[in-house]
Amino acid sequence: MVAVAAPRQLPRVFQYRKSLIFAGIVLAWLVLWMVFRNVGTLALGAADLTPLHRWINDVNDAVGASRNSNPVFLYFFNEIRLVIDEFVTFIQALIAQPSFGRPVPVIGWLGVVAIAGFVSLAVAGWRIALLAVAGFVFLGLQGLWQESMDTLSLTLAAVVISLLVGIPLGIWAGLSDRANRILTPVLDFMQTMPTFVYLAPLTLFFLIGPASATIATLIYAAPPAIRITAHAIRSVPRNTVEASESLGATRNQTLVKVLLPSARKTIVLGINQTIMAALAMVTIAALIDAPGLGKTVVKALQTLDVGTAFNAGLAIVVLAIVLDRVTTAAASERRTLPRWALFGGLGITGVCVYLSYTYLWAAEFQSDVGAGSAISKGATAVTEWAQDSLPVITDGFKDFVTLALINPLQALLAESPWFLVALVIVALSFMIGGVRSAIVSAVCVGLLIATGLWQDSMITLASTLVATIMVMALGIVVGVWMGRSRRADRFIRPVLDAAQVMPAFVYLVPFLALFSASRFTAIIAAVVFAAPVAIKIIADGIRAVSPATVEASTALGSSSWQTIVKVQLPMARGALTLAANQGLIYVLSMVVVGGLVGAGALGYDVVAGFSQGQLYGKGLAAGVAIVVLGVMLDRLTQAAAKRWTN
Amino acid sequence: MDPVISVRDLWKVFGPNASQLVASDELKALSRQELMERTGSVAAVRGVDFDVAPGEMFVVMGLSGSGKSTLVRCLTRLVEPTAGTIMFEGENILEADPKRLRDLRRNKFSMVFQHFGLLPHRTVAENVGYGLEIRGVPRAKRGERSQEVIDLVGLSGNEKSYPDQLSGGMQQRVGLARALAGDPDVLFFDEPFSALDPLIRRDMQSEVIRLHREVGKTMVFITHDLSEALKLGDRILIMRDGQVVQVGTGDELVGAPADDYVRDFVRDVPKSHVLTLKWIMRPPRPDDELDGPELSPETVVREAVRSVLSADKPVKVVQNGELLGVVADEEILGVVAGEA
Repeated sequence: MVAVAAPRQLPRVFQYRKSLIFAGIVLAWLVLWMVFRNVGTLALGAADLTPLHRWINDVNDAVGASRNSNPVFLYFFNEIRLVIDEFVTFIQALIAQPSFGRPVPVIGWLGVVAIAGFVSLAVAGWRIALLAVAGFVFLGLQGLWQESMDTLSLTLAAVVISLLVGIPLGIWAGLSDRANRILTPVLDFMQTMPTFVYLAPLTLFFLIGPASATIATLIYAAPPAIRITAHAIRSVPRNTVEASESLGATRNQTLVKVLLPSARKTIVLGINQTIMAALAMVTIAALIDAPGLGKTVVKALQTLDVGTAFNAGLAIVVLAIVLDRVTTAAASERRTLPRWALFGGLGITGVCVYLSYTYLWAAEFQSDVGAGSAISKGATAVTEWAQDSLPVITDGFKDFVTLALINPLQALLAESPWFLVALVIVALSFMIGGVRSAIVSAVCVGLLIATGLWQDSMITLASTLVATIMVMALGIVVGVWMGRSRRADRFIRPVLDAAQVMPAFVYLVPFLALFSASRFTAIIAAVVFAAPVAIKIIADGIRAVSPATVEASTALGSSSWQTIVKVQLPMARGALTLAANQGLIYVLSMVVVGGLVGAGALGYDVVAGFSQGQLYGKGLAAGVAIVVLGVMLDRLTQAAAKRWTN
Repeated sequence: MDPVISVRDLWKVFGPNASQLVASDELKALSRQELMERTGSVAAVRGVDFDVAPGEMFVVMGLSGSGKSTLVRCLTRLVEPTAGTIMFEGENILEADPKRLRDLRRNKFSMVFQHFGLLPHRTVAENVGYGLEIRGVPRAKRGERSQEVIDLVGLSGNEKSYPDQLSGGMQQRVGLARALAGDPDVLFFDEPFSALDPLIRRDMQSEVIRLHREVGKTMVFITHDLSEALKLGDRILIMRDGQVVQVGTGDELVGAPADDYVRDFVRDVPKSHVLTLKWIMRPPRPDDELDGPELSPETVVREAVRSVLSADKPVKVVQNGELLGVVADEEILGVVAGEA
């Protein structure tokens, strides 16, 4: 008996000691915090700059001055910018902007609607075609036709370039193990990097405007295309490829006749992801002066005009739904249009395009219908009503979270001396992931200090942690529910899918209406943005727990609660840590967007850096600080995941 | 007659330094286990020799992990052999360059796979015509030929279906038709029926026997199922741990197993279905009356039961007028009772 019991107790004692050490660290932190409060916090005023920030400003100025003389710019960056600008301008000239000496674009609204309808009909069937037509007409009724078409132009430009680059790279990574090994970490990095961070450095090289916006979008939207194409090629069954080889097919024949057709559905799904990512990023790129709906939202947010923001946000949602439905349907079925429908559709589309080219009524959307102003008035009214009559609930919730979670955590992180926090972070990292994690964290802490934005980073870290905790709470509750009940899953999953498709921006609007501009609003928007992915991961994890184990636990007389706590959650811990990891990354990517509605700290620094020249350097440094935070938290959660799942 | 395929000292080693490994006689002598421990490499096929005669149905049988699937892939170089020679119609396949290899695959041999390996985005007819398509056969001719083999394997009426609309047995008929479409000299089957239900498997086995009779092609058939091997094979090669244990006809394996492994394998085989009279006859004794009925030594026991038991004298086993031995009730009963 003793011999059997001894080895089982060892880890428990060890664990016990570990939590003791953990408690000790936190306790020591609290005590030292009280002693050293507000000493050495490395605070930096909103308008203050460090030498680093000034230096970046100087670099920016120098780059600006030499843009037309330095050969690197003359023959490289400027060329890229020109080509992309030309491309975007061309698409805009077709559908969005007055062009070629005409007061209207080449193809007016009627033509665009007809083309959208016909393409949807050809790839997705008549229901979706109807949806597309209705959606596009609605955009016009909202009085946002031109803005929508600008957004669509930029999205299309970015998608075309993403796919031109992404699909060949994906095929390459799918065929060659070596290419896959090289590309995977690069893609990982591109995707962990919070979205808005590379906007600033891009403007350094490509100025603000459509070119930078398109390139930023490209960086964000190409990885899914590459990844999914590679995955699709790789998951073609080995024996199908073998069968083709055994019949004497060359590599090219196998690629063109077997791999690509078999991978078609999945690749179309990749295109769907690319389009959705591009749309999301194009709206965000309004921060660097990209034209379109995003700009309308940003302007409205800056003046806290919820009505206008809601109207434009709704347009983004409509565009997102149409693009998503069309591409999803294209991926799901084999479809061949009957010949008459094909030619009939082509004919009607041609006539519509011609009409829209020739007649003003078909070119310019008559916006005196005024659905847009009705929507924004309605939204404003609802907002006012909510702010007048719901403050008991909304303010109560807001104050509770702010006082109970945000304030204490922020005080602890931002008002402790930097060396104390640094020490705690490194010590905790060591406990979670050993020496390697401790070193990574130490380097990250050093970099944060070097950016000159230590205190802002800590404030952002506090908000990020609060948001992630809320994401996990929500994720576990809803995820377990979905994992255990098929019916719940059936109802909730489509909602989550839809929520994931929406550009991040759109979330801000309703919460701005409910909670007005504050840290809390930004946190809630981040939670809503990050929750779907966490919920899905947890739900899938719970569902993946072997039914036999759950059955055995039930047979032993466990209650549902016991089964959840003692069987399902522990067995799904891999999914839990993955959800925490993804939740963190999603939350961090909303930090900058949160800066628009009063999140302060790093998010505000980045946003201010876009709009005020003298804060450019600071904004860039803040972007770097967000990336550093992201890398540190990502590494830590991954180390925790590794430790915990083994 | 010259063999179609002649394999000599064929090796396939997976792992680091495979080619140096097979150059060392010392390492080659090691068992699979020892080799794995010493070098971290796995020897899937170890010094295999065999010949396949024209028109023969040659079965390679072994349990999973015995190296039989690797062996058949080596024959078409879907897996690159490490050492040895494979003579195919007088040509060493291992020396063929990629272009020649493609030619061989397009014209000389083709393969039927365990999991079918059909192209899900193509109809039955398009799948069957795939091999012709990659050779550059014009569409009209392709359609004609596809239709012929589709009819041959009994798929008529399903030309326009997609693979996922067919049952497993039907899908494998498509695989069979695809392999036949190119009119190859040799067909390789890699456990083609393992994924099928027992009843459908029996149908498909009969189908292959019928095709073998009708088209007369040389066939190399891989299976892990002894009864399938006995049913189909003119000759059977038994593999274990990458090596050949025994090659012979069904009755040779059952009647004279090379070692305990084979003996164990064939223990449950109904001997009366496999053994012929030559395996059970005994020399005539002085008191035997030698004017009973005559049978050939190749008669299967099961078919001789009635004549032997109904005759009141021992049955003579005679070949070319020469008396080889006799079979009486006790020999027959010995076989039949031994199966119980």
